[in-house]
Amino acid sequence: MIHANLSLTDAVTRIDGPLLFAHRRVDVGLNEAVEVIGADGLPRLGRIAALDDDFMTIEILESTTGLGLGDTRIRFLGEPISFALGPGILGRVFDGVGRVLDGGPPIPAHTRMTVDGAILNPIRRKKPEDFIETGISTIDVLNSLVRGQKLPIFSGGGLPHNRLAIEIALHARLRNSEGESAETVPFAIVFAGIGVPFETAEFFRRTLEESGALGRTALFLNLASDSSTQRLLAPRFALTAAEYLAFVEGRHVLVIITDFTNYCEALREVSASHGEIPGRKGYPGYMYSDLATLYERAGSLLGKPGTLTQLPILTMPSDDINHPIPDLTGYITEGQITLNRTLDREGIYPPVGVLPSLSRLMKDGIGRGFTHPDHPALANQLYAAYAHAIQVRLLANVVGSDGLMPEDRVLLTFGQQFEHRFIHQERARTLDESMAVGWELLRLLPLSELSRLDDAQMAAHIQVGAESV
Amino acid sequence: MSEATLCWISGPVLRAISRDAFHIHEAVQVGAQGLLGEVVRLRTDESRGGQELTVQVFEDTTGLRPGDLLHGEGVALAVRLGPGLLGHIFDGLLRPLAGGEERNYLFPGQRTTANPLFFFQPLVEKGRLLRGGEPFATAQPVPLPGEPMAPATVGQSCLVPPTLGGEVIEMAPAGEYTETAVVCTLRDATGQEQAIAMSHTWPVRVPRPVARRLVSESPLLTGQRILDCLFPVARGGKATVPGGFGTGKTVLLETIAKWCNADVIIYLGCGERGNEMAGVLDEFPRLEDPRTGRPLMERMVVIANTSNMPVAAREASIYTGVTVAEYFRDQGLHVAVMADSTSRWAEALREVSGRLGELPGEGGYPAYLSTRLADFYERAARVETLAGASGSVTLIGAVSPPSSDFSEPVTTHTKRYVRNFWALDRKRAHARFYPAIDPLTSYSEDAVLLASWWHAQGNPNWAAQRRRFLTVLEEQARLERMAMILGKDAMPPQQQLTLLVAGLLNDAFLRQSAFSSKDRSASPYKQNRMMGLLDRFMDLAAKAVEGEMTVEQIRVLPLLRHLQRMGEEIGEGEEEAFAQLEEGMEKAFRS
Ligand SMILES: Nc1ncnc2c1ncn2[C@@H]1O[C@H](COP(=O)(O)OP(=O)(O)OP(=O)(O)O)[C@@H](O)[C@H]1O
Ligand SMILES: [Mg+2]
Repeated sequence: MIHANLSLTDAVTRIDGPLLFAHRRVDVGLNEAVEVIGADGLPRLGRIAALDDDFMTIEILESTTGLGLGDTRIRFLGEPISFALGPGILGRVFDGVGRVLDGGPPIPAHTRMTVDGAILNPIRRKKPEDFIETGISTIDVLNSLVRGQKLPIFSGGGLPHNRLAIEIALHARLRNSEGESAETVPFAIVFAGIGVPFETAEFFRRTLEESGALGRTALFLNLASDSSTQRLLAPRFALTAAEYLAFVEGRHVLVIITDFTNYCEALREVSASHGEIPGRKGYPGYMYSDLATLYERAGSLLGKPGTLTQLPILTMPSDDINHPIPDLTGYITEGQITLNRTLDREGIYPPVGVLPSLSRLMKDGIGRGFTHPDHPALANQLYAAYAHAIQVRLLANVVGSDGLMPEDRVLLTFGQQFEHRFIHQERARTLDESMAVGWELLRLLPLSELSRLDDAQMAAHIQVGAESV
Repeated sequence: MSEATLCWISGPVLRAISRDAFHIHEAVQVGAQGLLGEVVRLRTDESRGGQELTVQVFEDTTGLRPGDLLHGEGVALAVRLGPGLLGHIFDGLLRPLAGGEERNYLFPGQRTTANPLFFFQPLVEKGRLLRGGEPFATAQPVPLPGEPMAPATVGQSCLVPPTLGGEVIEMAPAGEYTETAVVCTLRDATGQEQAIAMSHTWPVRVPRPVARRLVSESPLLTGQRILDCLFPVARGGKATVPGGFGTGKTVLLETIAKWCNADVIIYLGCGERGNEMAGVLDEFPRLEDPRTGRPLMERMVVIANTSNMPVAAREASIYTGVTVAEYFRDQGLHVAVMADSTSRWAEALREVSGRLGELPGEGGYPAYLSTRLADFYERAARVETLAGASGSVTLIGAVSPPSSDFSEPVTTHTKRYVRNFWALDRKRAHARFYPAIDPLTSYSEDAVLLASWWHAQGNPNWAAQRRRFLTVLEEQARLERMAMILGKDAMPPQQQLTLLVAGLLNDAFLRQSAFSSKDRSASPYKQNRMMGLLDRFMDLAAKAVEGEMTVEQIRVLPLLRHLQRMGEEIGEGEEEAFAQLEEGMEKAFRS
């Protein structure tokens, strides 16, 4: 048998969807990368999906259009799919498989990294606890983001998730006493568009350019017009670049990937063409594990300066949070920011649906020594009161506000004010400004609603206003 | 050693041809890297003149190819049980996850070769007859140079392997040995000599034998009021925590792991997040066990198979976890296993089954899902050990139902085998009401076993109070449905009072933040005291409403805020504060 890094012609016996079957006349290993070259001379990336004594199955990760049996050549790369990386990837634009798209020179390769990434040893992870101020009250006060977290935005078609994501990316900073950015470690943005329309890609590029951040951004574009199988690779190439920036160059990297729903659709398509048994709504049973291998690439390592924070965006099909895509994502990520269509219709921006939103790593990054000692109690109390207000609103919708008790009417007002004054914001707020709005709103409530605050907190933040009256 | 040749591979499953003997569940090493795998299927292959084995591989199979060799280990997939477990973290096959910077990433075929020394102290002398499972020595970690020896703790007995036994014909003197060094030799009834080390191996899929099973009669105290008082689990019992994402399964399991009254905790992170494991490793060593004053980590074994680690190992990890638990149980200890999440284990089962081409059943899971779950939960028990001691394994498993739909297969099958069901409710979690256990759909079948235990603790009314609390909470749900039709203002005062009282029970008793330093865990005494006060409040308020007082007047009593916050404000042992609150309550209603 011939050895790897060679080409093979006249071996292909069948092409079926993204799968190509060929005689195994070379000595290759499972998962190794191949290039399948058709009569058109174009290389298509693929990998060895199965092997037996006589045949091999190759999964082609790009379009199979134009491939034939007799005129297809297979080139074996002898290693799993990898990405050659080096300084200078910032400011550049790549396609979904890491090929330069901007007409510039190729990237000088300093290191090759497999795009599937290596498994971070859990004992070597550094516990994420650096609070990032985003300027958004519903995030900073109620669902704080910390470095190394994976916090997706659960959105819906037509909601302003792209604007929110880019605002977070551009405002995100560590706080210091002057409220100035306290950075010593350089930061970078990796943006990956998966199956996005050209306009979306262009929106991101332009906004980054206008803010002067394009030079610190690496863009990966798999446009809606690109092959759907390539969508499975785009986030992997983007995350590999992000890992390079974070753990080789030592930067704080924020990864925005949009739209994970397109990724999952591609996964379903490829799984179906493999003839696999479909799971819920036709998505493969291993979608949880597959998504986990991507999301788990967020984090930071003991003894290394860089961090990798993920802000994936997904649009919930029919705004349904129970759909497998948001559902499995929620089971993997460290919380979620959910956007709400009703709030959006009312002109509230950012339309963050507060109740179903959550940041699990928040507790480690806020409170005494991190933000403000009363921050956790404020967040809890706002949540409890707003949840109660929503419950009363439901009741009022049925029986009318006449059927309500007086204490319930107060809650209705609170709920309304909370949405218009706390959730809604015209400009970025500092954490202190956000907290001040929160305390002010709580002062609307009767004592019996404020059981999450202790007496000292009551005296410091609630009863202050009362005394002056 | 038996040998086989790989002939087909896809993902974590491979097939190989051999002329040698292999057995189901036998451990094998695959390829040049010696990846660990397990035989899951065997059939004869006439055409190739041998047998074809199907193997699931527990590590990443990238690079394997036809022609690679497999070596059988001759024994079923097993783990090494010994003094090196407590206080450490392992992967799903009980391989240590130790190491420094060179182990930032996990690679297939990686092995640690460290074999540290333990201080060995024999307990028996030559000539003694030892039965299987009997302790014959203790073993303590040898401290680093310059550091003092840690005080003896639980779980440091060396046991005769359950399948062996006989007369001690040699016993090594006290001293430092590795856990695999032979320290004792037995001669069994047939005259055979058996070499015994401080540790021994045991196949993970086989329950360790016991003398007999016992009925449980004392609770596994969790320090969580809603559990201990409303939905208790007995030592040796089994409980499940189903809940959608973000409803608080992990935090609840971690909280129980921290504060429950077990001697040893096995924390099993099965297919969950890496950062959560990092959090456990960061936090537990700094927390103090209130019972011993030692770091909580010293009574723990952490088994981590995070979601990005190979799937097949996830399937094995829950058996690894219970096997380790049984090993400590056999030392006469009370062990609690937290499995987060059994759904990820079931999914791993489904994935491997799919690769094997098995016929899928409900939800795509193999038809044997139910039996496997039963096998797992049956390993929870209070027992008399082979050595005559009493120990227990309590199993608490999280379930992550897709779309929070509790009618899916893993939840429904689990429900058939556990006696205690702690359902997490998304609505409560959204309101940041923790623990978000729904008092209406949760249940405890162990509660009936435990009333006498609470009686013995000085609360003869525990069962009655528990019933009363549950009734009020049920009534609340009914009244709230009614309010949706009639409006609240149309309700008679008694019903309005019920709503007020139910709100108070929720806020004052059921809510308990895992992150509050005073309230994260409550002793039976504090729980009893709080339960009693609220019970009394219900009596007084009911009587007041029958008399002169309106519900509105009760609602604005400053007393209510004190009750709402008593968990947070009154620490352990502050009896005076409770007495004061009680007095204030009587007074508030007297006037
Ligand atoms: N008992 C509690 N006390 C205080 N906060 C809690 C408690 N339980 C849960 N929380 C909050 O809820 C968040 C989510 O909880 P947790 O991570 O346990 O959810 P989960 O059910 O394990 O979710 P998943 O299935 O996605 O793993 C936590 O990060 C914490 O902020
Ligand atoms: Mg969890």
